[in-house]
Amino acid sequence: MKNKEPIILAVVVFFSLATYYLVEPFAHHVLHKKVIEAKNEGFAYNDLPAITKTGNAASGKDLVVNGGCTGCHSIEVAGMPAPMDAVTAAGAYGVNPPDLSNAGAIYDAKFLADLIKNPAHALKVEHKFDAAKGEMHPMVSYYGMGGDIDQEVADMVAYMQSIAVKPEDVTPAMAYEDACGRCHSVEYEKWTQIGEKPKFKHEKDSLAFDIKVIEYQESLIKYMGKLPPDLSMYIRSRGDDFLSKLIENPQNILEGTAMPRVGVTADAAEKIIEHMKDAGDTKRHEREEIGRNVMIYIIIFAIFAFLWKKQVWRDLH
Amino acid sequence: MAHFTKATSVKDWLNQRLAVEKIEKVMASEYWIPKNINFLWAMGMVLVITFALLVVSGIFLLMYYVPTVDEAFYSVNYTIMREVDFGWLWRHIHGVAASVVFLVIYIHMFTGIYYGSYKKGRELIWVSGMLLFVAFSAEAFSGYMLPWGQMSYWAGMVITNLFAGGSLHADGLVEWIRGDYVPAQAFLGRFFMLHVFLLPLAIMALIGLHFAALRIPHVNNQDGEEIDFDAESKKYLDGDKAGSKVMRFANDFMSKDMMVVGIFLIFFFYLVFWNYSFAMDPVNFDPADGLKTPAHIYPEWYFLWSYEILRPFNIDLGLILFGFAQVIFVLLPWLDRSPNAVPANRRGLFAIWFWVMLSNMIILTAMGKLPPEGVFSQIGLVSAVLFVVQWIALPFITAREKKV
Ligand code: HEC
Ligand code: HEC
Ligand code: HEM
Repeated sequence: MKNKEPIILAVVVFFSLATYYLVEPFAHHVLHKKVIEAKNEGFAYNDLPAITKTGNAASGKDLVVNGGCTGCHSIEVAGMPAPMDAVTAAGAYGVNPPDLSNAGAIYDAKFLADLIKNPAHALKVEHKFDAAKGEMHPMVSYYGMGGDIDQEVADMVAYMQSIAVKPEDVTPAMAYEDACGRCHSVEYEKWTQIGEKPKFKHEKDSLAFDIKVIEYQESLIKYMGKLPPDLSMYIRSRGDDFLSKLIENPQNILEGTAMPRVGVTADAAEKIIEHMKDAGDTKRHEREEIGRNVMIYIIIFAIFAFLWKKQVWRDLH
Repeated sequence: MAHFTKATSVKDWLNQRLAVEKIEKVMASEYWIPKNINFLWAMGMVLVITFALLVVSGIFLLMYYVPTVDEAFYSVNYTIMREVDFGWLWRHIHGVAASVVFLVIYIHMFTGIYYGSYKKGRELIWVSGMLLFVAFSAEAFSGYMLPWGQMSYWAGMVITNLFAGGSLHADGLVEWIRGDYVPAQAFLGRFFMLHVFLLPLAIMALIGLHFAALRIPHVNNQDGEEIDFDAESKKYLDGDKAGSKVMRFANDFMSKDMMVVGIFLIFFFYLVFWNYSFAMDPVNFDPADGLKTPAHIYPEWYFLWSYEILRPFNIDLGLILFGFAQVIFVLLPWLDRSPNAVPANRRGLFAIWFWVMLSNMIILTAMGKLPPEGVFSQIGLVSAVLFVVQWIALPFITAREKKV
């Protein structure tokens, strides 16, 4: 009797793989065409002009203070505290202006320069904030202190870079909290829009904190039109590719969205996604390791099963 | 009372009370299996093992899962995935096994169809098998509700809506099933009960029936050969193991079962650790939100073919054909009028019927996931019609078949 098993196996594998291909990669491609085909410039921000001047950090420091940045933003490393607490700031601006201590390490330099001159343009929210119609972005544009504005902006960027930690020392949590944390909570990491929720001894204090979060969110909803979603599980519901493209330019993925382009560097974007993995795919390293061990175990099991079969069947032919 | 003697061993003690030796013979060592079968006959054992994996992983998940609409998503995605040691592993095993079990069920079913294993005395194996398919479908659907994600909620909404019966507008029935106007706490609670208690119980009972139905007809073989089990087993017991056409279930065929199970488990655990997203839909990692309809609502892959039979038509005709698709496989032993219980490739037109049916169901599966637009909805319509036509044609094709 001819052994038909190889051909039967080939038929079973063929039909299974055909089904898999059609309902997974192929259907995925059709359903998510827009995201898959969205342009991706690797965070080069080619739409923004290059910085032509060499910045001077020392004069940048004065400009940042006198130019008004610190009227809204804190710069903790330079000993400049926030003018208002997060809830009050959100009441005034819709959202709490982030601390600028590490802005120089997290945001792209070209982006920062453009942001200072024209926030709505850099953030790609001009459809919401049209200066011509008097719809002003809450972060005011910088019109210069009388000198060469491009030089002044380059100085400010140089200053922010000089006080920031080295880009390689930015942690995933830092990158996330600076760039996304003012809008998106991450419940599974205890993160709220006004910071990490501490452990309170008294329930009263815990509830008081929750109320502050709710007040902050009320301002945020007014500003954004809706509450930005909690991102705890978004790494599993959206995946790396979607997130990376959304961060690079939200308008490419969600046309007309209120979410700004935050202008992070490629490296910071990777760290932000890493942080989302820590929240929603926490056990990925353990999964790799256990996976390897389980595989070794199962292969040994299969080998023994094969040897047992051979031994039992020896007498049957 | 029966006469009991002092036991000479534990085995003897049990023998006098439970007849364990006899049971072992009936169920294992003298349960005779034809030698001319291939690895497809190990799929039943693969299903048993996969079901066991589902039960064990399910028990672990059940220890931490909270069946309330406020807590369910959190208990699954935070408590089980992050807090509990190896919770993620049990969840991935459970999710992947629930999907893979259907792949194996389909292979098992089509094996049965190909070799004509539902004919002449094996009708009850087939019917109990189809009841298992229905019970597994209900089990998978109810389980899919439990994480209370976006797909849980919206698939629950869409599927329960079907019970309104189209223009019959039996909304009262839909509300009765949901226990509410929309899927909510009452809905989650009852599907939780079904998933962890009533349906597993039914499945275990049906597996028992399935096995009992197998015992007297014995399994079929890949050559459609009529085997005289009494004569062949006598030959085997008299020492001519090589000359006999049959072998023991244990350890003879079971050793091969285990070999196939080993290979299957390599494949299975590869999926569990490295390729699980086909079984755990990304959309279901967004928490349920009754105000936000997902862009695409589709069932899990194993329901897609019947979903696609529903979709291309207006709601009433769609529902009728959907119902047709659900029950028609059960009737196979009676719709196939041919006297031959041999592999399909020796049955002329039926061979074509078989391969077209298989390919067409794969096409229906693919179209069921895609948005019903343009060329996809046309392909879906043609496939759905072909599916129905094939079943109507079956009795006529097979009635004309000559005895081989
Ligand atoms: C100024 C507030 C703001 C900031 C900062 C912000 N987002 Fe958003 N984000 C939003 C809003 C508002 C939405 C809802 C958008 C919509 O539905 O159109 C949103 C939606 C999202 C979504 C869901 C998209 C979807 O598919 O529905 C993701 C993911 C996301 N943001 C990630 C991020 C990440 C990562 C960062 C940091 C790099 C970030 N956001 C920074 C406001 C913000
Ligand atoms: C009137 C208050 C105000 C002033 C003045 C101001 N900002 Fe801002 N800034 C904001 C607000 C509000 C946001 C958040 C906007 C948002 O998320 O939609 C912001 C955001 C930023 C961000 C983060 C942008 C991103 O991509 O996430 C940086 C960096 C920044 N400001 C730097 C500066 C610098 C440098 C100056 C001084 C030239 C400055 N800001 C002046 C209010 C202000
Ligand atoms: C998950 C549930 C099921 C389990 C655990 C199961 C188990 C088994 C086992 C152990 C066998 C004997 C070995 C073999 O031939 O593979 C078998 C045979 C069979 N099963 Fe199933 N089965 C299941 C579902 C089904 C379904 C859904 C069908 C199709 C309707 C089906 C139809 C058959 C048939 C026709 C046979 C006889 C095969 C033959 O005689 O050659 N079973 N089943």
